[in-house]
Amino acid sequence: MEPPQLGLIEQSFNSRYSNWAREALDELPDNFTITDPCISGHPIVFASRGFLKMSGYSRDQVIGRNGRMFQGPNTCRRSVMEIREAIREERGVEISLLNYRKDGTPFWMLFRMTPVFGKDEGRVIHFVAVQVPILRRRQRRRNGEGLCDEILSNSCRREVCSSSSVELAGVSAADSDCRALEIEEKCEASDTEKQLAATAISNVLSVLTHYSESTGRLVCEKRFGPSLVSSSLHISLGRIKQSFVLVDPHLPDIPIVYASDAFLRMAGYARNEVLGQNYRFLTGVDTDHSALHQIKQSIQAQQACSVRILHYRKDKSSFWNLLHISPVRNATGKIAYFVGVQIEEGSVDRHGLSPEMRQLSVVGSIKVAVRSSSMSSSSKSS
Amino acid sequence: MMLRIKRVPTVVSNYQKDEGEDAARRGGGCGRNCLQKCCIPGAKLPLYTFKRVEEIPGDKCVLEHDDNQAPVAFLDSLLLGQWEDRMQRGLFRYDVTACETKVIPGRCGFMAQLNEGRHLKKRPTEFRVDKVLQPFDGNKFNFTKVGQEEVLFQFDASEDGEVQFFPDAPVDADSSPSVVAINVSPIEYGHVLLIPRILECLPQRIDRESFLLALYMAIEAGNPYFRLGYNSLGAFATINHLHFQAYYLAVPFPIEKAPTRKVTTLGDGVKISELFDYPVRGLVFEGGNTLQDLSNAVSDACIFLQDNNIPHNVLIADCGKRIFLLPQCYAEKQALGEVSSELLDTQVNPAVWEISGHMVLKRKKDYEEASEENAWRLLAEVSLSEERFEEVKALIFEACSYTLSEKEDEHLTQGAGDDKPPPLEGTGSINKGRNCNMVSGTQECLVLQ
Ligand SMILES: Cc1cc2nc3c(=O)[nH]c(=O)nc-3n(C[C@H](O)[C@H](O)[C@H](O)COP(=O)(O)O)c2cc1C
Repeated sequence: MEPPQLGLIEQSFNSRYSNWAREALDELPDNFTITDPCISGHPIVFASRGFLKMSGYSRDQVIGRNGRMFQGPNTCRRSVMEIREAIREERGVEISLLNYRKDGTPFWMLFRMTPVFGKDEGRVIHFVAVQVPILRRRQRRRNGEGLCDEILSNSCRREVCSSSSVELAGVSAADSDCRALEIEEKCEASDTEKQLAATAISNVLSVLTHYSESTGRLVCEKRFGPSLVSSSLHISLGRIKQSFVLVDPHLPDIPIVYASDAFLRMAGYARNEVLGQNYRFLTGVDTDHSALHQIKQSIQAQQACSVRILHYRKDKSSFWNLLHISPVRNATGKIAYFVGVQIEEGSVDRHGLSPEMRQLSVVGSIKVAVRSSSMSSSSKSS
Repeated sequence: MMLRIKRVPTVVSNYQKDEGEDAARRGGGCGRNCLQKCCIPGAKLPLYTFKRVEEIPGDKCVLEHDDNQAPVAFLDSLLLGQWEDRMQRGLFRYDVTACETKVIPGRCGFMAQLNEGRHLKKRPTEFRVDKVLQPFDGNKFNFTKVGQEEVLFQFDASEDGEVQFFPDAPVDADSSPSVVAINVSPIEYGHVLLIPRILECLPQRIDRESFLLALYMAIEAGNPYFRLGYNSLGAFATINHLHFQAYYLAVPFPIEKAPTRKVTTLGDGVKISELFDYPVRGLVFEGGNTLQDLSNAVSDACIFLQDNNIPHNVLIADCGKRIFLLPQCYAEKQALGEVSSELLDTQVNPAVWEISGHMVLKRKKDYEEASEENAWRLLAEVSLSEERFEEVKALIFEACSYTLSEKEDEHLTQGAGDDKPPPLEGTGSINKGRNCNMVSGTQECLVLQ
């Protein structure tokens, strides 16, 4: 993991809960991880002692990685998809999942995940997940009696409980080969394990809420107020590495409502200094007004345009910016945003894509993200 | 008897005129920068070469790529950038992002799009739907007739095992490149066609190599919301020139959410499951010791289906990790007059995307009234009956494990087919075809004798 990202990761946790929260979380016995969806790659920013012990990895090997690193060949893809969608829709999910330890051995666990919202921002700040290992109850008796009950009530059962004799026979025959059975079959958690997961989540959340009070940047379990862009859109946009901003043409003075990390790096500003501003704050004394005029016109005409414009960083140094602007429509087919993609003149792409092509590929990704994230009836539509 | 249906063919290229017009133009000089002999000399197109791998890249690989911007995400950017470029150049018939779209409320999450422009202009044409394999016909529209500006890039395995990109590579007619071209009537953003070995003019028919190519494209794109689809003839493919389709939609498809029940694991580790609680019966292929194993299992199943004249659709989802195979019989029912006029009136052609749960509707009324119930009812008509599906399934397994053992014994003789268990009862025409398949044991069976 590169150092700049690590810095972000530490900041993601500390600025919200303070360093003290780590100690408090480390006292909890449970296995859990915390991730930050706003950092590119949606990495783990905290992993509990219990979790590290269970997975066999050291802290350094886990922080900064995505939770999918624990998946393997027999992890059910449909379950992974359910988690992916829960994240996209910013809701909790509970599902049994096959993961792999560092030494390659698989284990079943009950995965329960929930979003943590910023009280003021109204967007997801972190996700918390607990991983409760599913204990295998001792193997079933050989005689048929009670077999069915046991299969249905807890422990492992076939993915579908069709009561055909073939399937039952399959289960009992597998007694001798427990390992194979464990991997192949969907493993249901018991009520006790579900209870454990629920309690663990609420313990973690209460530590987080408590410590967020100390930094004054409150988090909570429920969403309050609207955010500038929906957080599922935020996640999709976070995957796009290049420099770009989204502006909302429906708000007064067309403010920036999203700025990518690369943009902030290029311009030298912090996110909160940029959000809500009109794009013109990047211009300065030597900026050519005709370029600005061209941008304004293309927004009015709802058309794409490319300009070369002199911009200024926060430290007042200037650079030539190749700027491409394009309207972006949401699922209703209406223009929801304009995207501005910036490429500093002279920067080269290691794949040999022209600056124009790089800009257009960002536009494409953003169009897909905005359109798709506004498709569900629950999402905002203008 | 010959079964035909009338439908409005989709216009995938700006050079796809109504057949009559097209024929008229062919006589004269070309001058439109196509992909035929006349225009290929000197032609240059971007070339993306991928690295052949043994296994589907694990999640760790994907993550590392994610972190340091390695090429996995690159195919994705190339495709999106090129597509947006064609959009800004005005090559599409409409702006698909201006078409209203929504998730239909309900447990399945079917998706609907209102697209009033997709089928304008073209008049209905007759399609023969009772023959899954038909010979290539150079007089009909095919992808060598598209303009080069509609081609986004050439897509092929690299020679030296590395991912590479050449912005301006000559089109080498002798090596018959595979290309990715736009569909000028897109269903969603990024709608493209992958045309394997375009200059070989292969008919719409799966072979192992082409299927593997499609699977590689899903893997290289590395985006779970970029899926590839295939329609056989008789299952709503309208162009008899081998092609796969693909587009972006960052929403899970209902078929991906449908529960599955594991049915069998093949000797090479390919796991086959069956969909349940989904209106269309189908199989899901996953895993496998190597990528080739997975690819071959699916292609062998498709080859079996096409050799036995069973129309089918294929969806490659989850970055190539899950592949759905759906035999279908809608067109046949339609030709026989067994589909209700109510369903026909919606003019929805249930090809791979519709079957996967993404419906493109032509009438505002249908869009507004779209409900899970309606979608389900339509798709239920597409599905094979339970009995028929069971038969087909059993034969597919046989075909898959059969070709598996065939691999071990390259010099398979005719007698080998005789070792197989006797055919299931009452499977009618399937069995005839099947025996043919079993005896010759290769893809060449039944075609162009
Ligand atoms: C807080 C949190 C913790 C996670 N922990 C795990 C984990 O321990 N094991 C796992 O297999 N997936 C875990 N995931 C899920 C993956 O990170 C990822 O979201 C999932 O694989 C689906 O997305 P993908 O398609 O990008 O892989 C976690 C996700 C979150 C948000």
